[in-house]
Amino acid sequence: MSGRLRAISLRILQAVPVVIGVVVISFVLTRALPGDPAVYFAGPAADEASIAQIRKELGLDRSWPEQFAIYVGALLSGDLGKSLSTGQPVLSDLATRLPASLELTLVSLLLACAIAIPLGVLAATRPGSWIDHLCRILVTAGVSLPTFFTGVVLIYVFYYLLGFAPSPLGRLDFIYIAPPATTGFYLIDAAIVGDWSTWAAALRQLVLPATTLALFTLAPIARMTRAAMLSALSADFIRTARAAGLRGRTVLFAYAFRNALLPVVTTLGMVFSFMLGANVLVEKVFAWPGVGSYAVEALVVSDYAAVQGFVLAMALLFVALNLLIDLIYSLIDPRIGFSAQ
Amino acid sequence: MTRSNSRRDFLKLSGASIGAASLPFLKYMPAQAADDVIVAVMGQTINSLDLHRTGTNRPSYQVAVNCYDRLISFGTKKTPDGGLSYDYSVLEPELAESWTTSADGLTLTFKLKSDAVFQDGAPVTAEDVKWSFDRAVSAGGFPTVQMKAGGLLRPDQFLVEDEKTFVIKLDRASKLTLPDLAVPVPFILNSKLAKSKATADDPWAMEFVHKNTIGSGAYKVIRWDPGQQLVYERNDSWKGGPLPGIKRLVLREVPSQATRRALIERGDVQVSFNIPNKDASELGGKTKVFSTPIENSIYVVGVNYKFEPFQDPDVRKALAYAIPYAEIFKAAAYERGSPMWGGDGKIETIDWPQKSPYSTDMEKAKAHLEKSAFAKGFEVPFSISLGQTDWMEPTALLIQESLGKLGVKCAIEKIPSANWRTASLVEKRLALHLEGFGGWLNYPCYYFFWAYKHGHLFNSSNYKNDEIEKLVDETLHMPTDDPSYAPKVKRMFEIAFEDLPRIPLWQPALNVATHGAKGYEYWFHRQLDARKLAKG
Repeated sequence: MSGRLRAISLRILQAVPVVIGVVVISFVLTRALPGDPAVYFAGPAADEASIAQIRKELGLDRSWPEQFAIYVGALLSGDLGKSLSTGQPVLSDLATRLPASLELTLVSLLLACAIAIPLGVLAATRPGSWIDHLCRILVTAGVSLPTFFTGVVLIYVFYYLLGFAPSPLGRLDFIYIAPPATTGFYLIDAAIVGDWSTWAAALRQLVLPATTLALFTLAPIARMTRAAMLSALSADFIRTARAAGLRGRTVLFAYAFRNALLPVVTTLGMVFSFMLGANVLVEKVFAWPGVGSYAVEALVVSDYAAVQGFVLAMALLFVALNLLIDLIYSLIDPRIGFSAQ
Repeated sequence: MTRSNSRRDFLKLSGASIGAASLPFLKYMPAQAADDVIVAVMGQTINSLDLHRTGTNRPSYQVAVNCYDRLISFGTKKTPDGGLSYDYSVLEPELAESWTTSADGLTLTFKLKSDAVFQDGAPVTAEDVKWSFDRAVSAGGFPTVQMKAGGLLRPDQFLVEDEKTFVIKLDRASKLTLPDLAVPVPFILNSKLAKSKATADDPWAMEFVHKNTIGSGAYKVIRWDPGQQLVYERNDSWKGGPLPGIKRLVLREVPSQATRRALIERGDVQVSFNIPNKDASELGGKTKVFSTPIENSIYVVGVNYKFEPFQDPDVRKALAYAIPYAEIFKAAAYERGSPMWGGDGKIETIDWPQKSPYSTDMEKAKAHLEKSAFAKGFEVPFSISLGQTDWMEPTALLIQESLGKLGVKCAIEKIPSANWRTASLVEKRLALHLEGFGGWLNYPCYYFFWAYKHGHLFNSSNYKNDEIEKLVDETLHMPTDDPSYAPKVKRMFEIAFEDLPRIPLWQPALNVATHGAKGYEYWFHRQLDARKLAKG
């Protein structure tokens, strides 16, 4: 166990240069972008003098190295700066928006897994059957329909025409008040204080956007599960297990599925990180106050602090995610030595 | 039940009710059922509650309108489509009870309403007005520029005569001063409260006012979740005008146009602010659409004098005759707003904007190009902003096609919105481009001051004409009833139509949809004024 702990801390140490690199690159890239925040934020009728004054106020009249030193100094004391476009500290923006995105992404990932993994397993055990075809249709449809389109169609059908779904107005209908923030996940926070009506309201708001995202993400998961299961099922050790007279269920789940899980977990990790950034369109359609739309809007107006904060947060998240996936690997397959990586 | 018992019960009861009332919200509120709550949606985001702060965006100006008072305000008139609009020609009291102008026009004296109070109960005094005006002229950026337009430049111009009398000393008399006091910028804050929150680094309490509304206005903001929603609650002690018909206004930010449209059509929200022209032309039934042409505003094709072919007057005229105005108005504006082409060439009024004498005529366009030094045509980049593609893209495509017939090849260049202002207005480096300035103060000379004077921000064409320079300087502060005003303004129009640095296309409209709400009023600042809104 101590070996594992040491390996984890080693891994975290290894992440330090990555994070430093991200800080430098995001700083340079935001400055290299065309666009002048001083002009943008000076307002509709600004003249030369007021633009210059705002440039000075924002510290943009200093040289890059000077700006970088100030930025890093603030960063070390935990200050990510202030977003110009929202007028809030970037840290508090991220603290409210990242959980919103994570909640949506995790729920849709769970939903996608709940459908895609059984479907993939069934398709692999019965190749060529109707369930295999169903799997193929779902996968093709899921990938080929862009998320904003699925989102708008779902709103049109379930909200506009049928009226089943609540107003697509973000995380909670305006008549509810957000539960006291502990984790920032409304489902968890509402459950902690036992406010089940808010919990149900938050869940209702989640259904359509999560379905939209899940439709898109179940494709790679189902495909990967099916392929991995097929190759596992045709492996020698499965034939041996069958020959030894083990029960079909044991063969399928204890041997084949466990072996097939590794590529599936890899795919999950990739899909998750991809989704966090890529659900901007879903966030826009459902007015979801997530981190993706935040970053895009910040980028459009050259809001340096917000963009840098977003990139940094994503990098940290990614480092943590990779670590977690490696840990899961070694749990699934003890032959994979964690410390060896 | 004993006496003490009942008293304890009573105390408990009152305690509970006070507790509930002072909460920003109950756990949830029966919104749709309540007839004093309106839900509005918009696509933009509010980034500050303080208009004076650096970086405050335009949608946030509505907080200054709804939660603060100014000394004076504009009147209200009915529009042809049955809606309401502010009335530029009438000035009404808001915090000032009355005002007088000295004979030389240099001293303005305002008497404040005796019963006006801030939301914490403190009376509004001339001291508060002075502090707020000092703040606006010292904050820098947009507020200071806007104050300057009315001749309000320095704190020493603002004097406190007594508790309820406030005096403004002007360097020169100008017709712009009074209207400039009714724009959102010179709003009046509770200076005692603000000063108690000010620090040495932050003498104007920018941090505090950024997150709190401390005015005497019709509403106060009781909840602000940046990027999500803003909740206004009526201030029952408002003295600036008749009390709003609703207790609360919930303003939700919904970025997706399609979602906003579904919400207003279903009637789950009562107001959808600033909807696209396309939706405005299609919505019907229970949803009512108000399309008000934006005063003193025109969408134009900017023709940059820095670009050599455009220095030739015949090339500019060829362009003006080659533009397919009617198709553009149909495709880009869905015929919302007013056409600004095809006038009879006679300038009879000083109304602005007014129709240009040009209309689509390819023969005339060809003839003019033949006459010029560029008869064989030329190539020019046509720049549009990615942030305004809704009207710029169809317009640019139609113009590109039409100019192609003349042999003028345009390559459409899309510029990210972060860079658009820098490129078009500050550096003024775009050869052929689209522009849409609108002046808050509704005078033609004010429009010309910003858009036709050399070096001024919205003169994106680098246009310079000595006569225009002189005429604008002469007319800008001149009263409109001065006998020489009208002839001078007409002369400016004439020069503008002859020189064509900006080819007028159409006057855009501000579209607002309501479903179960009444009392929407159009304002020149193009933000939601919720003070007259009511259900129904």
